[in-house]
Amino acid sequence: MSVDAGRVAGIRKRGGPSFTSILGIFFVALLAIILLRNLINDPTQFFNVSVIGLTTGSVYALVALGYTLVYGILQLINFAHGDVFALSGLVASSIMIDVLNLSGDEAVVVVIGGLIATLAMTMGFGSTINATIELLGYRKLRGQPRLTMLISAVGMSFIVQNVSLIIYDVNYRSAPDLIPSSEAFSIGDVSIPWNKLTVILVTIPVLLILTWLVRSTKQGKAMRATAQDQDAAAMMGINVNRTISFTFVLAGSLAGAAGVLFLLQFQMRYDTGFELGLIAFTAAVLGGIGNLAGATLGGLLIGFIQAYNEGLSIWVLGSDWTRTMVFGILIAILVFRPEGLLGERTPEGA
Amino acid sequence: MATEGASSPSFRDRAKGVGHTLKLDSVGRAWRKLPGRARTWIPALILLALAALYPTFYEQALGDMELPVIREWPSVSTAVIMIVFIMMAVGLNIVVGYAGLLDLGYVAFYAVGAYTAGWLASGHFQQVKIHIGSAGVNPELRGIHINMWLVLAIAGCITAIAGILIGLPTLRLRGDYLAIVTLGFGEIIPQFVRNADNLGGFNLTAGTFGINPIDSPGFGTGLNDSLGLPVSFQQSFDKINLFYYSALVLLLITIFCSVRLRDSRLGRAWIAIREDETAAAAMGVPLMRTKTWAYALGAFFGGVAGAFYASFKGGAFPSEFFFNISVFLLCMVILGGMGSVWGVVVAGAILTYLNQEGLSNIGSYLNRETPLDFEVAKYQFGIYGVIIVLMMLFRPVGLIPESRRKREIEELGPETETLYGDRHA
Repeated sequence: MSVDAGRVAGIRKRGGPSFTSILGIFFVALLAIILLRNLINDPTQFFNVSVIGLTTGSVYALVALGYTLVYGILQLINFAHGDVFALSGLVASSIMIDVLNLSGDEAVVVVIGGLIATLAMTMGFGSTINATIELLGYRKLRGQPRLTMLISAVGMSFIVQNVSLIIYDVNYRSAPDLIPSSEAFSIGDVSIPWNKLTVILVTIPVLLILTWLVRSTKQGKAMRATAQDQDAAAMMGINVNRTISFTFVLAGSLAGAAGVLFLLQFQMRYDTGFELGLIAFTAAVLGGIGNLAGATLGGLLIGFIQAYNEGLSIWVLGSDWTRTMVFGILIAILVFRPEGLLGERTPEGA
Repeated sequence: MATEGASSPSFRDRAKGVGHTLKLDSVGRAWRKLPGRARTWIPALILLALAALYPTFYEQALGDMELPVIREWPSVSTAVIMIVFIMMAVGLNIVVGYAGLLDLGYVAFYAVGAYTAGWLASGHFQQVKIHIGSAGVNPELRGIHINMWLVLAIAGCITAIAGILIGLPTLRLRGDYLAIVTLGFGEIIPQFVRNADNLGGFNLTAGTFGINPIDSPGFGTGLNDSLGLPVSFQQSFDKINLFYYSALVLLLITIFCSVRLRDSRLGRAWIAIREDETAAAAMGVPLMRTKTWAYALGAFFGGVAGAFYASFKGGAFPSEFFFNISVFLLCMVILGGMGSVWGVVVAGAILTYLNQEGLSNIGSYLNRETPLDFEVAKYQFGIYGVIIVLMMLFRPVGLIPESRRKREIEELGPETETLYGDRHA
């Protein structure tokens, strides 16, 4: 157990409203004022932007869950995860266009069936890639100092990115026009288009299945045990190698699902995963890394923040500064509340 | 224990197998008899002599020589870039190799150094006219023109301050969080310089155009008259060679400082922290202060190298500062051996050469000689990724390992290994 002397020094500072908590409240208040000002000014715009935030946030949440699952079990920031997401998304475009020959002109049933098939195949692909990465790049390094595995993950990230580059070159790919962006239904002036609705309709069951897997199955119990203490878990007869592989499979399939959902909304290419991966990691840290509900919350929050920053018109910085804002948030959280919004302050935590 | 004895038998056996037993063995024995100090300095001096004579060699013979596969020797201007990147890698080695702090945003320091040079030695700030010892610049020109040598030092100091500012809030974090925060800074600073052409109406960085032209180093008319030193490199007719020699001098200073730092009280504190933070703290090593020094000094060299490089290219452009550069530098440190100055120098030279000329030459060779149609240079970062992973899997100590680090890794042998590895290591 490593006890960081910096944290020991930090203990003295606790108790009473500290400087950092005042600063935190100040920032939240500032954010609330900006949002309220925009809401009053143009409610329709505000809610439309919120829908965008919800859908982007769902994708972030799915990718962030992959980071959090792996971090929970190996204490490893799996840098390659974002690139697995991008590669899966690109493969999904191939599945839709070349394998299933979908064009969007088919009957509704065919489109839905095709979409589900694409989702299943992409999730399978993502989990295969992710498990392979673990097997080749990380398994041998488990006994080594932790930086070794982290550096290996950085290398893996570049390898996966270049695999995408070799297969798909530098061109942007997009899904065929399967789901119209026409209005599904509207609440007042706020319209919910079909493609956004699909994202939400896919994300919710995926999250429910994930929760069920981790909470209620034997394999999920093994995962939680391994996350707590690998040695003790092994002594209780848990196959640690298999459990870790299972975690990577789960994370990979989430990345695959996220890839399909992202593709339905935006274009992507080989390096899409890098920035999105960083944003998703920020989301995982924001919610409290290792915490599944936290990753979902963090993903949605970052999605909203990004959408508001880019879509609202008053007192916002605009899309040029999105990346700076996201990383600013990341740094602020790590400095002021390293355990994240929902995380617990553990002796090991940051 | 990995002393000389442990590795020598295998060397001797191999020499016997080849059949040059007598000669190699006696050379090897004589070599091992030399004091340790000489064994470090003799290769270094040979390397230095070769490096110092390189432009002459290149001009006389190497420039026209036809090589297999890579075709030609690296040009002198490639060599300048190689030296600049080696400097940065040596700086990064202080942070990653000595102190064991994974920094994935070193490119930020490079950017700060380059932009400091841009602000202090160009016509960017048209509002003012400040000349301080500027060499070879028309004194009527507007903007801030400070002597480039001075700017290099200032850039180093400003970057060191930036390093401290980044370090203070983040160095409390554990290793992998630190990595991601440094990565964050490495992403923020380039975006900042890209967007800071209109900060409330003030043009700080000229946005995507970058700041150019940046003044070049030189010695001014006074020293030119008395000692015959060039007025300004840019206007001099063997410009590239002048840049090469000054880069070499800067690199020597960097290496010297780096080696001396490693052996200093501070350096020993870094290594203690790298090996076991808790034990180091218990022994009275002030963690925060020591780590912050690693950041500041590592950043200093990055800043100097960045400023020099900006001056060499004549501009600071935001398109050059991206995450891949950080990984590229990290790759040099890992390939050479974390903490090993000589390893980093050699790996830095090889990788920068590959990046600048080598990979495209190898690629065109492959396309000529084989039916493959494969742009090797396009996949350079995939290749670096493979290098990183393979090094971590099979030789985590690097090509030329630092002896202490090698022992450290070897001590993590079977007897201390837990069933599924020590997660808290």
